[in-house]
Amino acid sequence: MSLDLVIAAFLTVVNITTPILLAATGELVAEKSGVLNLGVEGMMLCGAIAGFAVTFVCGDPDIADKLPWLAAAAPWLGTVAAAIAGALSSVLFGFMVLTLGANQVASGLALVIFGTGISSLIGTAYVGVAITPFDSVFPDSLASDPIGRVVFGYSPLVYFALIVVGLVGWFLNRTRAGLVLRAVGENDLSAHSIGYSVIGVRYLAVMFGGAMAGIGGAFFSMVITPLWAERMTAGRGWIALALVVFSGWRAGRLLGGAYFFGLFMTLELYAKASGFSFLPSQFWASMPYLMAVLVLAVMSARARGGSEAPACLGKPFIPDA
Amino acid sequence: MTIFNRRTLIKSAGAAALAAPFINRTALGDTPLKIGYVYLGTVGDWGWTWAHEKGRKEMLAAMGGKVTADYVENVNEDQSATPVIRDLAQSGHKLIFTTSFGYMDQTLAVAKDFPDVKFEHCTGFKRADNVATYNNRFHEARAVMGAIAGMQSKTGTIGYLGSFKVPEVVMGVNSFAMAAQAMNPNIKVKLVMIDSWFDPPKESAAAETLANLGCDFVTTHTDSPAALQVCEKKKIFGFGQGADMTRFAPHACLTSILDIWSPYYISRAKAMLDGTWKSGDSWWGVKDGSVKIGPYNKSLPDNVKAEGDKIMKGWGDGSYDVFTGPMVDQSGKERLAKGVRMEDKDLAVIDWYVKGVEG
Repeated sequence: MSLDLVIAAFLTVVNITTPILLAATGELVAEKSGVLNLGVEGMMLCGAIAGFAVTFVCGDPDIADKLPWLAAAAPWLGTVAAAIAGALSSVLFGFMVLTLGANQVASGLALVIFGTGISSLIGTAYVGVAITPFDSVFPDSLASDPIGRVVFGYSPLVYFALIVVGLVGWFLNRTRAGLVLRAVGENDLSAHSIGYSVIGVRYLAVMFGGAMAGIGGAFFSMVITPLWAERMTAGRGWIALALVVFSGWRAGRLLGGAYFFGLFMTLELYAKASGFSFLPSQFWASMPYLMAVLVLAVMSARARGGSEAPACLGKPFIPDA
Repeated sequence: MTIFNRRTLIKSAGAAALAAPFINRTALGDTPLKIGYVYLGTVGDWGWTWAHEKGRKEMLAAMGGKVTADYVENVNEDQSATPVIRDLAQSGHKLIFTTSFGYMDQTLAVAKDFPDVKFEHCTGFKRADNVATYNNRFHEARAVMGAIAGMQSKTGTIGYLGSFKVPEVVMGVNSFAMAAQAMNPNIKVKLVMIDSWFDPPKESAAAETLANLGCDFVTTHTDSPAALQVCEKKKIFGFGQGADMTRFAPHACLTSILDIWSPYYISRAKAMLDGTWKSGDSWWGVKDGSVKIGPYNKSLPDNVKAEGDKIMKGWGDGSYDVFTGPMVDQSGKERLAKGVRMEDKDLAVIDWYVKGVEG
């Protein structure tokens, strides 16, 4: 295997991993505050269509003639729109489970259906058109040699994802606000009794989760395949959810786990394309999940029982008046 | 024309059930024949369902006011398809097209309860007195793509992005590989199955992988233009699937397979009106106008375009068949003797790849 091939494969790993990492990081924060939001897939689709639509409209050739700065900013505006769309869809979920105290599992599943439906509806106007992909913003000269490509060869959203997961890790473990968020997730009654707004904190956490899922979804429609197709996230939201559990609700492990998934998904394709047909393709496809089960088994054996999940995860909080 | 979604369909089905005797009586009069379609995706998927919808519209236009046609979109290939098909039958639709493989058993189950309604199941193999099956010979157009790739490939290695190892895909791979090898005997086809018909991120990653492994062509047998966009980015070449996909890859898309369903839909609607409808299996191709290719990319040299036209013309007049022996499988065993054409019954169940296909 030549160096070029390894690097090219690594770029594929990064592209597969980034949207899952973004969505999982958002979900990690929501779950740390005690809210189980199963609607990641729906929020990703909302972000995917919003990001695509805004990029497409702002990048329209007519607009580019009159307002070149708007066309240049199109992918960035698209990213912001994706975050807003994801956050807005999560507010709907938040209203159901936080304000009304509805069941989180059912509401999350409803959010998936809602996100799929509304993204399809809005998306009908954008079927069959393409945009310029949101690729590397560094000058080509930086990414001309192999090392340059590994460092500078990605969409800005790739770096954004890495920064966000780092910031989330720092926020949760090293800041006072992070401590409050964890307290709300571990023991809502105590947090409430010493004067923190449980509902308020959870709203913010859920909205952050929605925004990250939205940007993760936009990574599909703006970077990987710069087009809109219904249900184009094809189940990645569910992988993001699994990843949060897999990580044991820790940002560092989340990062490692996401790349681990991405690596195995890429290996599957290389194995098939290189003709390793001694194993059926379904085996390769199930590899990441098989490995996840193994790692989880080893980890829980080490932890000698006891769950790492936030204690209030999935429980509605209804304060006494 | 009415567009049904599931909710209004259920409502109207309820109304129809109450008014059933009335509907049956009027159906015998001069009222137009009601045709129903069950779609897997949405009419805007730019692929499989889009092509059926185009066929439905062209059929309506060709039949004038003699038929009406409704559709239900986004119907899953599971038990939830059964009530959808049943509702169409109950609400007076006399000819119902179920347009995906996964509706096979559901179609047959409903057909048993409605002996006077005719059903047509796309790509299936189970039939009944009132259930016919139909499909298009897409592999005929794939031979054109194989020939183009065979003439134009510099690396001699071509990627083929497949979904599942089902006869439809296997015959596509073989048609492509044999047509390519007829132009350049050293062509190798690297095959990657992604275990899905529609997964744009995975299609994209797989196309990237094939390009990285030295393929200068990647052809797709999955439903989205994702792989074609990768071809455009990597400056390699590919082909559109199901519709003209030039707009997604102006340089990379050399031509496309077009699914044309209207000739079949028109002929079946006419047969219903004439009373000559019969169950059976139809497998239409280039010569019936059911499979076409999209415009060639303007970058293609004239001799390559001429070769493509020659193949299409050959399919049309019967002088060409890509599956003409000798056909040799991957292990080197001869499966079809020299000069012999493969019979449809063997082709329909083909499960082995020709020599030169890897993976």
